[in-house]
Amino acid sequence: MEQERISLEQVRHVARLARLALTPAEEQRLQIEMSEMLDYVDKLNQLNTEDVGPTAQVGEPGITTREDEVTNPSAADAMLANAPARDGFFFKVPKIIE
Amino acid sequence: MRPSAVFTQMTSELNRLTIAEASARLRRREISSRELTRACLDRVAAVEPRLNAFITVTADEALQQAELADRRLDQGDAPALCGIPLAIKDIYCTRGVRTTCASKILDNFVPPFDATTIARLRAAGAVFVGKANLDEFAMGSSTENSAYGATRNPHGLERVAGGSSGGSAAAVAADECLAALGTDTGGSIRLPAAYCGVVGIKPTYSRVSRFGVIAYASSLDQVGPFARTVRDAATVLEAVAGPDPLDATCSGRPVPDYARALSGEVRGMRIGVPKEFFVEGMDAAVDSGVRGAIAGLEELGAESVEISLPHTDYAVAAYYLIATAEASANLARYDGVRYGLRAAADNNIELYNRTRAQGFGAEVKRRIMLGTFALSAGYYDAYYLKAQKVRTLIRRDFELAFEKCDIIAAPVAPSTAFRLGEKTDDPIKMYLSDIFTISVNLAGLPGMSVPCGIDPEGMPIGLQLIGPPFGEEAILRAGDAWERSGKFAPPRSRL
Amino acid sequence: MNSDSYEAVIGLEVHAHMLTRSKLFCGCAADFGAAPNHNVCPICMGMPGVLPVLNRHVLELAIRTGLAAHSRIEPHSTFARKSYFYPDLPKGYQISQYDQPLCRGGYVELPPREGSEPRRIRLVRIHLEEDAGKNIHSENASLVDFNRSGVPLMEIVSEPDIRSPEEAVDYLRELRGILVAVGASDGKMEEGSLRCDVNVSVRPRGTSELGVKTEIKNLNSFRFVEKAIVYEVKRQIEELSAGRRIPQETHLWDPEREVTRPMRSKEFANDYRYFPEPDLPPVLVAPDLVESIAAAMPELPAQKREKYGRDFGLSSYEVGVLLGRDDLGDYFAAVLAAGVNAKAAANWVMTEVLRAANESGKPLAQAVPPPQQTGELLRMVEQSRISLNAAKNAFAAMCRSGNTAEATVLELGLAQVSDEAAIAEVCDRVLAAEGAKLAEYRAGRDKLYGFFVGAVMKAMGAKANPKVVNEVLRRKLAG
Repeated sequence: MEQERISLEQVRHVARLARLALTPAEEQRLQIEMSEMLDYVDKLNQLNTEDVGPTAQVGEPGITTREDEVTNPSAADAMLANAPARDGFFFKVPKIIE
Repeated sequence: MRPSAVFTQMTSELNRLTIAEASARLRRREISSRELTRACLDRVAAVEPRLNAFITVTADEALQQAELADRRLDQGDAPALCGIPLAIKDIYCTRGVRTTCASKILDNFVPPFDATTIARLRAAGAVFVGKANLDEFAMGSSTENSAYGATRNPHGLERVAGGSSGGSAAAVAADECLAALGTDTGGSIRLPAAYCGVVGIKPTYSRVSRFGVIAYASSLDQVGPFARTVRDAATVLEAVAGPDPLDATCSGRPVPDYARALSGEVRGMRIGVPKEFFVEGMDAAVDSGVRGAIAGLEELGAESVEISLPHTDYAVAAYYLIATAEASANLARYDGVRYGLRAAADNNIELYNRTRAQGFGAEVKRRIMLGTFALSAGYYDAYYLKAQKVRTLIRRDFELAFEKCDIIAAPVAPSTAFRLGEKTDDPIKMYLSDIFTISVNLAGLPGMSVPCGIDPEGMPIGLQLIGPPFGEEAILRAGDAWERSGKFAPPRSRL
Repeated sequence: MNSDSYEAVIGLEVHAHMLTRSKLFCGCAADFGAAPNHNVCPICMGMPGVLPVLNRHVLELAIRTGLAAHSRIEPHSTFARKSYFYPDLPKGYQISQYDQPLCRGGYVELPPREGSEPRRIRLVRIHLEEDAGKNIHSENASLVDFNRSGVPLMEIVSEPDIRSPEEAVDYLRELRGILVAVGASDGKMEEGSLRCDVNVSVRPRGTSELGVKTEIKNLNSFRFVEKAIVYEVKRQIEELSAGRRIPQETHLWDPEREVTRPMRSKEFANDYRYFPEPDLPPVLVAPDLVESIAAAMPELPAQKREKYGRDFGLSSYEVGVLLGRDDLGDYFAAVLAAGVNAKAAANWVMTEVLRAANESGKPLAQAVPPPQQTGELLRMVEQSRISLNAAKNAFAAMCRSGNTAEATVLELGLAQVSDEAAIAEVCDRVLAAEGAKLAEYRAGRDKLYGFFVGAVMKAMGAKANPKVVNEVLRRKLAG
């Protein structure tokens, strides 16, 4: 079998970072698809970018800011309306582990 | 013919009007927004089972909005979009109306707020027919990646509508509404506009507020309209564009009066034709359709110049690293804690892993995985940073090109709408559908798709017009001039 | 090697909640104490489609802090996304400055301790970031409150220039004084307004290489910072002396048992996947903004100390006592504002006020009279309306009663008689009654002078102004 660009273990590590439970079939498919994508993007290495700066944003330069004013009315019920589970005004989640 | 039958026939045609026509008739009170909205809703009811352009149809709300609009129209002095039925891509947060982004993970999400653009349209008296279908989280080029089924092309039901704003494009093409809002991250407005034979504009990055538009790739996403004419699209763009205190990336520049730019006059305009956009393997019909339109503009007095955008071939690769990296963070908020889907779990880790596994579709997972990888320790420089540097090169290509020309004309895509399922098994092939649109997003430029022909099978071809930053007026003027020249009349949907 | 042959190398990362009305990126109230999820909106709850917009005041406060710490204010800084999943982190990433912070470099100068020179602790950086919400853990479920989500934090990172637990506390105290002075923080550590992570390593004295460091998280009092460092330095020296290695770890301070303990290692190593925040353009700080902020800088602790020494003639010890406690320093400043001699006020605050506060066990403001009243009392001493002893009695009474100085002096009948005519009248009476002694005195028995003073004071119930009594009596005795 041809060696894939990335290992299954790498796929699993990335899935852990991304918090995605993958089935073994998904892991294998993603190993192939991600490897193909990484092979495809290798073409970027044809370009010499040694003296090229990165472009992270293409908007107008400089940030717009806001005044330090409280403008939001307290609307706890509206903010909690989509909660999958709540306890009073708290969002409720399963036990937290590290 | 009985009077009621005449009436029925008249109103059933209302949904085919342009905004310019409908607005004039509304203001003259010859028709009501209620009739116009009713006509659109009837059309929706008739074609949706075959088309699937909408995820949620908001008939009751639309009729209420229409009534309010009629009252405003009665009083006179109503804005251009007052009473006009629109479709809204289901990526815009709409207060009180569920907003799914075509994902199971947001199936039950009802935003408590409006996107800035939606608030502006509401204030202008627009009517919302419903929330249009899209590729899940705008990730796709065909609207096949929707948790609510694919949208079909009104010009050929076995074809895709393009994506990701396929529902919006199809709804306009199928006369279910007069115009629509979409979003364009790598071609998601221009591609479906081309495939469905309507006008679609992706404005300059920062021209329109992104607040309340569910983010896919924040440095690339931009809001824009679909319409049946350039003039209509300009009207919608003008209504939604402009500074927004809720979007720090939104430009402070005032919005021009776009209608005034539509002079029909293109004499002396220099149209750049990038040689890299006419590649081998491109459909012959697309090639001749686009070249024909450029020749048509030359007949109107424009001059064409060959230009080069040498890094075009690298755009897709750079895009799929940058967009997926940003997406991997943008989609981290779907964790089952505050809204949306929650999978059964005994602890928080299980909650995340399962909720996201159940809630996201295959393409979304693929992109989250790629983006997470591109940002992860040890790979950032080789992938994400490298892509950002190539982005600089692509942007420079355009800067140099615009020293030689006023606008750029090119195809939107190498082919017309492909068949459903044709590319779903080959992600890279699908990604390459956007080969001509993506570099415009990377550079943050305005781009537009205008119908310019049909292929032998009757599928529409799109002419892409690209402007320098904030050059919307120039591309609108050229598109409008082409449209008004009468050299090509876009076909209407045969549905 | 014994413990003296090692030296500690310590760096501090201080997180300060900034004093703003609204949050860092949205218009929600930034104050604490609201009912759960009552200070939240779609933005700080990370709803789909929302965008951050930077609070301008935060920028100003951070620039002020940077200027106070002699930092370089960067004309171009950026925000990044720091990705990790936790229920209290609504977006799945924290917006934080990362590789391009607002301020770089600078230093905090520590006031001299007895027998030591002033020391400079250099800073690495000062940057802005948003706080997360709060999880409340219970047996089978956790509850999440997002009120704190998006509250502005400033992180001040020092170089590992600190060499002892005491110095760490001095640094923290001075930094806190700066933050409070520039209005960036209320400085209330016990309420969580300041949190501190400490990096500790040890190395053989005389070497310059850094040892492996332990990071101790989330210390929220000066005392804990000191104790944690003492504990950790001792632990590391013991480990090294026993021939063991120090692994790079993150520890938590256990205030109950007064030990540091390694945190449970996360499932996998942190990989925060930082990248530039696309929703926030770079923060561009124009030179004129920095200049206008610099021109309006409030008085900093070091300047205040210098002024107290120079203008009021206070020793560095006195300045240290007065400014060592915010409440005492503020009290002193308020007494001064009543127009009292600085030296006298300083003595009074350091002795009477501090004692009263310590003895009562109550917060200073509740233990002693309002500073205006104390100032009033001291003015009476200056004007010789009461004696210093009388003032001490009056002060004690005022602490109990809460009455004004005027009323207390009146009520206790402590007012001094300085009226020359009244005193002269009493002097005449005493001299007339003591004719024999007067004759003796005038014959040269100078020692009797004290007798006459005593007699006059006694006749006036000890309320006569001694100075006036002296003057009048000398005149009359001279005949």
